[in-house]
Amino acid sequence: MYLDLFLTFAKVGVMTFGGGYAMLPILQREVVENKGWATESELADYFAIGQCTPGVIAVNTATFLGSKLKGVPGGVIATLGVVFPSAVIISVVAAFLSFFAELPAVIHAFSGIRACVCALILASVIRLGKQTVIDVPTGIIAAAVCLLMVFSDQLTALLTTAAPGLAPALGVLFSPVAFVIVAGALGLLISFFGKKNKKGGGEA
Amino acid sequence: MTLLRLFFEFFKVGLFSVGGGLATIPFLQDMGVRTGWFTQAELANMIAVSESTPGPMGVNMASYVGFETAGPLGCAVATIGLITPSIIVILIVAGFLQKFRKSKAVEGVFYGLRPASTGLIAAAGLSVAAIALLNTGAALSDGAAGLFHWKAIILFAAVFIAMQVKQLKKIHPIIFILLAAVAGVVFQM
Repeated sequence: MYLDLFLTFAKVGVMTFGGGYAMLPILQREVVENKGWATESELADYFAIGQCTPGVIAVNTATFLGSKLKGVPGGVIATLGVVFPSAVIISVVAAFLSFFAELPAVIHAFSGIRACVCALILASVIRLGKQTVIDVPTGIIAAAVCLLMVFSDQLTALLTTAAPGLAPALGVLFSPVAFVIVAGALGLLISFFGKKNKKGGGEA
Repeated sequence: MTLLRLFFEFFKVGLFSVGGGLATIPFLQDMGVRTGWFTQAELANMIAVSESTPGPMGVNMASYVGFETAGPLGCAVATIGLITPSIIVILIVAGFLQKFRKSKAVEGVFYGLRPASTGLIAAAGLSVAAIALLNTGAALSDGAAGLFHWKAIILFAAVFIAMQVKQLKKIHPIIFILLAAVAGVVFQM
């Protein structure tokens, strides 16, 4: 059973390209139709949880399904299964590419690829923005985080000259981890206060 | 020591990145700057390779950085570091799935987290653009025109516009990446 779990999720890992969203149709076929390990709606639930817990969506969904089937060891084995092909394939590709990295053709190809990656990221940011920036506060959070991150070097330099004693704290302050923590706290505060305001408005 | 640090760094990525493979990029940029394990240009290449090889992108990125930093063992350690927080969090959440789904507090936290993640990815995209589209090595005496990597900017615009065309939206990004590689070689970028 554990071997079956590992191999099934390894298969899902191999067939997923790009983001975790690409994984859903493959999971439907392998886990729901072929194995009958979960129903369609259970899978949708796990996928939704996978999206709103920290980490890579594909990994989270695999852990969830594995643990539902076989407890903690099942969760661990399904997760190892889903990442196993990545580790093997990337090791081969990385070794191969670094061997050819100095070739002019490879350098030119990667210059072109980097321009393409910019376009892909821009398209993703627009798509994500439509889903995540849903009102004024979320718009402010997204813009503020983006600007603070872009100008973090300049702001750090500025604040270091203004208050040299703060220098060690600034590195921690201007890190993605700190932004994520602050944004989560803000989200919690805004949604609580927002609800109070609405209630107050209704009574008045 | 490097292995331990790799594990810890990717544990952090797994714990704090929310919403898919792209969300790991800002954390990896930050990691590159702090550890010196890879340059921003190398990171941009790794993003392209991770999008074009099988497997979830976030996992591929971890495997790639781990491999480049400390070989096959580094690859395994970085990947396991990335998935460890997922396993812990999911196993905890699995115990009270329904409560978690309906919790107002969780909803509130994610209301703030999601736009922050978008903002972080946008900032990461801008710094990839600075590497891919600008000649950061150009001397100031070359003037403003020398600063821009014109061929790359044209390719960037062409790919972005092509992606907005309805009929092309279904095309997998890997096709665009391959075509861009060919264009890079043909036009000597």
